[in-house]
Amino acid sequence: MSEELVVRRISNGTVIDHIPSGRALKVLRILGITGEEGYMVSMVMNVYSKKLGKKDIVKVEGRELSSEEVNKIALVAPTATINIVRDYEVVEKRKVELPDRIEGILRCVNPKCVTNAPREAVHPSFRVISRKPLKLVCEYCGEYLTEEEVIAQLAGT
Amino acid sequence: MSFRGKDVLSILDFTRNDLERLFRIASSKFEGDELKGKVVALAFFEPSTRTRLSFETATLRLGGGYIGFDAIQGTSIAKGETFSDTIRMLDAYADVIVVRHGLEGAAKLAAELAKAPVINAGDGSKRHPTQAMIDLYTVWREKKGIDNLVYGVLGDLRYGRASSSFLRALNLYSPKKVYLIAPKSLRPKEELLDTLKIPWEFSNLEEVLPELDVLYVTRIQKERFPDPAEYERVKGSYRIDAALLKNAKEDMIILHPLPRVDEIALDVDSTPHALYFKQAAYGVPIRMALLREVVP
Ligand SMILES: [Zn+2]
Repeated sequence: MSEELVVRRISNGTVIDHIPSGRALKVLRILGITGEEGYMVSMVMNVYSKKLGKKDIVKVEGRELSSEEVNKIALVAPTATINIVRDYEVVEKRKVELPDRIEGILRCVNPKCVTNAPREAVHPSFRVISRKPLKLVCEYCGEYLTEEEVIAQLAGT
Repeated sequence: MSFRGKDVLSILDFTRNDLERLFRIASSKFEGDELKGKVVALAFFEPSTRTRLSFETATLRLGGGYIGFDAIQGTSIAKGETFSDTIRMLDAYADVIVVRHGLEGAAKLAAELAKAPVINAGDGSKRHPTQAMIDLYTVWREKKGIDNLVYGVLGDLRYGRASSSFLRALNLYSPKKVYLIAPKSLRPKEELLDTLKIPWEFSNLEEVLPELDVLYVTRIQKERFPDPAEYERVKGSYRIDAALLKNAKEDMIILHPLPRVDEIALDVDSTPHALYFKQAAYGVPIRMALLREVVP
């Protein structure tokens, strides 16, 4: 069955393709999309993919993603591709790319880290020290953040 | 390289050339009034008599003045002022800010907020760069160099910031071997082990004692344990006494950042191995040299 048959084309918005299978819901959570915003959202999980074997796809009608949002997606879906659609045409194709530094998206897991102190003028920031498996290090306290911890935080699971 | 205006956050911000320049200044018995008219802020959000007094002494010996507070009680922090606001306030008054804090990364945050240089006087459980400078300086003076020696680092290598700072500092040198000696639950975290570029291995004291040139001992600090039951399990798990030291090299030196509790018996003090009081005394010239170099 072709992808076209399971998810219809959109006129304007964003198609997030090549999401590792099973992670589409996490991508939606990261984007803060609950369905209550009123966008038309369609999603398929575990469809056949030449590249990945199986993949998920998310289509959001009426919303173009910012690059900060794209970076967040890279944390749970490093293989994802972003297609911006206007008037049924793909006007922009981007691969998500994990930056060397992640700022303000994740929390440090160390309770004694200054970034976890309430009311202080500080945003957590991390350096990426390994991409596969994902491993980040807090720039303030030096604690590691593992892939599981990142996914748990971003998806709230 | 000049340290003028530079933040001192981690021992790894320095090269060995930087450090040895400091060591030469510290050992030159210099006196001076380089800090005349300057104000050093001592922001001790966590109590530490020793470190604070040695920074005060270093400031006074260079003709400077200081302001500050010790621990949180009796200050506006107790009234709910944030760390960030306190640092911004001190930045308006002082030429350099010395920070001691229980949270990790507090000194880095202070450095981001303040225009004045910030010296980390210990934050959280990993970084205590001026202590590491003193420790290295002691070895440099007493053993005539830091390379090619066999080190034993004994104690709480997980929550103790002096021992982790010392281990990081050894990264700048080429020790022959570094033995990490700690109860299993107090072994260093992966985060620290990953950064060690020196030949290290876990061992136990009895086995390696005859090989050691330097034995670095730290106290097990109850207040750093997330779980008090864990502290109860490991407290008192090591103790150095004069009888044990019969197996040590004659010129092996014992360092300890002090205060000690019972990990070094009093009968060790009168042996030639005991260097920890001298090490504490070196705190003043090292901090003098550092303040002289850093203060704009
Ligand atoms: Zn942290």
